[in-house]
Order: sequence, then structure tokens, then C-alpha cells
Amino acid sequence: MAIKTHRTADQLALSAPGLLRLYTAGQTGKSLVAISNLHRMSEQYFAGQYLIEVVDVLENPQLAEDDNIVAIPTLIRKRPEPIRRIIGDLSDTEKALSVLLLMERKEG
Amino acid sequence: MFTHLPSFPQIEKIETGISGFDLISNGGLPKGRTTLVSGTAGSAKTVFAVQFLAEGIRRYDEAGVFVTFEEVPEDIRRNVKSLGWDIEAWEAKGKWVFVDGSPDTDEDHIEAGRYDLGALLVRIEHAVTKVGATRLSMDSLGAIFAQFRDAAIVRSELFRIASTLRQLKVTSLMTSERTQEYGEIARFGVEEFVADNVVILRNVLEEEKRRRTMEILKYRGTSHQKGEFPFTIVSGRGILAIPLSSMELKQKSSVVRVTSGNPELDDMCGGGFFRDSIILVSGATGTGKTLITTEFLNGGAALGERCLLFAFEESREQLFRNAIGWGFDFEAMEASGLLKVVCSYPESASLEDHLIEVKDVIEHFKPNRIAVDSLSALERVATQKGFREFVISLTSFVKHQEVVGLFTATTPTLMGGTSVTESHISTLTDSIILLRYVEIHGTMRRCLTVLKMRGSIHDKDIREFNIDGAGMHIGNPFREVTGILGGQLRDLSISL
Repeated sequence: MAIKTHRTADQLALSAPGLLRLYTAGQTGKSLVAISNLHRMSEQYFAGQYLIEVVDVLENPQLAEDDNIVAIPTLIRKRPEPIRRIIGDLSDTEKALSVLLLMERKEG
Repeated sequence: MFTHLPSFPQIEKIETGISGFDLISNGGLPKGRTTLVSGTAGSAKTVFAVQFLAEGIRRYDEAGVFVTFEEVPEDIRRNVKSLGWDIEAWEAKGKWVFVDGSPDTDEDHIEAGRYDLGALLVRIEHAVTKVGATRLSMDSLGAIFAQFRDAAIVRSELFRIASTLRQLKVTSLMTSERTQEYGEIARFGVEEFVADNVVILRNVLEEEKRRRTMEILKYRGTSHQKGEFPFTIVSGRGILAIPLSSMELKQKSSVVRVTSGNPELDDMCGGGFFRDSIILVSGATGTGKTLITTEFLNGGAALGERCLLFAFEESREQLFRNAIGWGFDFEAMEASGLLKVVCSYPESASLEDHLIEVKDVIEHFKPNRIAVDSLSALERVATQKGFREFVISLTSFVKHQEVVGLFTATTPTLMGGTSVTESHISTLTDSIILLRYVEIHGTMRRCLTVLKMRGSIHDKDIREFNIDGAGMHIGNPFREVTGILGGQLRDLSISL
């Protein structure tokens, strides 16, 4: 499949408890910005905690259908539950982290 | 009807298959374009959107895509089952695809940065190519605006989707909400990007009665019928619009005479009624309208004609008993298959529903003559405007069938007077027969006159008639009184 699994630097992601799926559309500005923002946040704030998948809707329209994706970019936190969605290129880091850091706060 | 301007390219249309709409729109929706269908809550926008695809599959074997932003597909599948549409079966055959953009109620979403609706566009394109769709419905735009904070993004993305659909040569329909029946076209300024074609659905409360209408507000570059047209929703069939003006255009007229069922009345009419004509019989209660109706039906059945009666005032039992009293056996006529009597209470349905039922019965029974007793009973369930439209529609429809139709109307006053029905219908009917009471020297007597008989000479006298066990007997003209029709009698034998 054309789902790319982005491993975080420390390789811990494979056994990560969380799962994030980022929907993008081709090599457009907003999609590329979202990918880079997600990686930056991952390294800075939640290294090793999420397995990150990036799905290009142009290659995987059916997957976008199954996940009911309308906006691009859309980031879905699949695990842990509850499932949460963030739309936008993640340039509003604070808002994005309010969803993505939830787990850490619980653990901490 | 059409005026062809030489430098004006005719825009091609595709028939929607929605009954009546294709007539109102002079051929359907503009092909490859987007049409906005706008209406208030409960105005049947979703039914319209579903039916556009459903008829495409059923009648023309065209596949369709349904994009939903409001209800989940499962709800839509279930809700339209009662209208006779099995979406699941069409999905299985690859004729119908949902693109589900309904909000996920279990999940919150937050907005963190810039976005567009690129995924929606991709999914729509994917769905269209997957089944080779030529039709698409999107329901509703208000719901997608509600999902996102930035209305400007949604607007520009919808514009992008509309242009993509145009490139894909898909004829599409988008529904949108209105807050008022007579106000701005749609919320969120959506009409701006699909401004070429706008259809308005209304569900108006008028004089305590619900009235559904549709109106084509704009059809850029192509013709359509103007004004509001009533419609109804029938289980098993969906939306049925009643295209009044387009029905009036082609009416036949015949010089073939048929009997009224009463030889004396035939004489007064110059040899009987014309086939393809409508006769209005007007009179106060008890003047003999139902008797004329009965004789009319009997006269037809006696010659082997198929006769149909719609009764809105009396029950079957009453009608059959009355007929026996005058010497006519409705039961035997029904048994022979020449007579069909349909009784219903005016209040049992809306006027539009009555009209649909009347049309259905006529189409199935294929009568040679039709009687409605009384038409004015239906005034009770409609507004004046609605009733007028009903009468126009009914008379035009009946005339299309090449039959003779006899309608009765009850006047509100005993002496003289006219009914609302009469003033609505008089210009549409070919003949008018008036029945009146005449009070002379302390007794009520009945009289009859043929007021109008289009295309024929007729008796102008006001004649007295009697009713006995063998029906109606028309006698001599009243010579000694005047002012009968106006209800202001003057006895000429005593005045100067």
C-alpha cells in the first residue's frame, strides 16, 4: 500500500502505544507544511509515543472515504481512544498539542 | 412555445424523471451544470435530491453519486424506502455511490492551521469515475458550512467542486437552506457560485393549509415555465409536480355529440354534450345536481361506455340508494364493469393528493365519461389560489383524455347566487347548466337553464323540471316570473 510509515528517530515508534494518521493531497503547500509540523512536534514533544502514517488521498481515495475525510490536511489520532481529528496544516502548534499531548498528561 | 433566437445556443437539458418538473423546466436540468435547489426546513429538498438520482437509475440507467453532509447514508437509505427507492440494491449494482461527508458525532474536530476541502473533491471525482456517474446530488450545503469555521474556504471549495463536475460533464444538484419562504435565495451566499440555475421549493402555510410549491427562479440561457407550481409527495413515487400552464396548451375539441342521459336535456343542448368537453352543473343543495350526474352516468353505461364517478359529498350507500330511488341501478352497472364509483372525504387528503388520485384512477380505468360530484366540496380543503390551480389542472387533464366530463358545484345560497367554483371554472368549461329553486305562490319549484354551450346553439329558456321515480322530467319554460337566476323574483302576472 501507499501508506508511508514514518519512523521517528529513536525507532521506538514501532512499539508506540499511539497511532496518528495524517491525510495529505499530493505535494501541495498545506500538505507539506503539515508533514513538517508534525515531525517537528513529534521530535520535540512526543517522541516514540505515536506511530505516524501519512496517506495521500490522491493515491488512496478509498481510504479517505472509509475515514470520512473532507478537509486537507486532516490528522486523525486513531489511538489511544477516543479518536480525535485535527484539521489544518498544524501551524497552530498549541491547539494541535492540546489534542496530541493528552495522553502524556494522563501518564504524567 | 419556444422562440429560437438565431445567435443563442440552446443549452442541452437532461430529463430528471421527476414527474412534472421536466415540463415546468422545459426539459429537465441543464446538462453538465450545477443547479441550486433551495428551500426552508421540511420543503422536501432531500427527497428532490434523492429522486433525481433514483429516476436516473430507474428510467435512464444512469449512475449517480450522492454526497451527504447532513444525514448518514444509513438514515437516507432507510428514510426513502417508503418512497419506493431501494438504494442498497442500486449500490450493489454499482449504480449509486455515497460520498459521506456527514459530521462524525462521536469525534470532536479542532482546526489548527490552514486547510482546504481537497479530500472531498478527490472523493467525489473518485466516486464519479468509479461508477461512470452522470448525475450527482449534494445535500446540503448548509450542513457543510456548519462543519467548518471559515465560510470563505467552504465557498471557494464548493466553487472548485462545481467546476470540476462541469469538466466531468456531470449534471449536478446542490441543496441549500433558506430561512424564509420569500427572502434571500440561500444562506451563506451559496447562490453566487451556482448562480446559473436556481430552483426554489416552498412549504407555505396559507390560510391554515400547507401548500408545497416549486419555482424555477433562474435558468441561465434557457427557457422554463414561470411561477410557482404545486407539488405533492406520494409514497412509492416521490415528488409529483403539477404543471398547470404547460398542460393547458394542447386541448382537443370534438364535434361528436354524446348523450347527457336525459333526452330532454339533450334537446336543450342542441343534441347532447360534446365529447372532449367539460360541463359544469351549478345549483343549490337539493336542486338535482346528483340526479343529473346519475343520469349522465347511466346514459353512458347504457351505450356501453365506461363511466367514472368521483363523489366527495355522499357515501357509496347514499349514492346507490339515491340512484335506485330515481330508477337507476348502480350496483348492476358496477357489476358489468362499466361504472366505477370512487368516494372520498375532501378532508382525507390535500388537494394535490386528491388530484394525483383522480389522475391515477382515470389512467387505470380509462373512462369515456367522468363525473365529479361535487367539485365545490373540495374548496374546503384548499386556499382560493390552490383551488383554482386544482380546477385548471383537473379540467386540462380531463380534456386530454378525450372524454366528456361533468362537474357539479354547489351554490351557497338557496336562491340565485354563484359559487366560488363557478367563478373559477366558468371560463374553463364548455357548457354551464344552472339549477335553481323558484318560489312561486308558496311552493318551491325547480328550474334549469343551459347558460352556455360552447360551439352550439342551445335552448335559452328557463324550464321547470320535476323529479320522480323515473328521474328528471324537463317541462315548460317559466313565463310568469322573472329574476330567477339573480334570486330576485318578480311575479309578472301581478305586477304592472
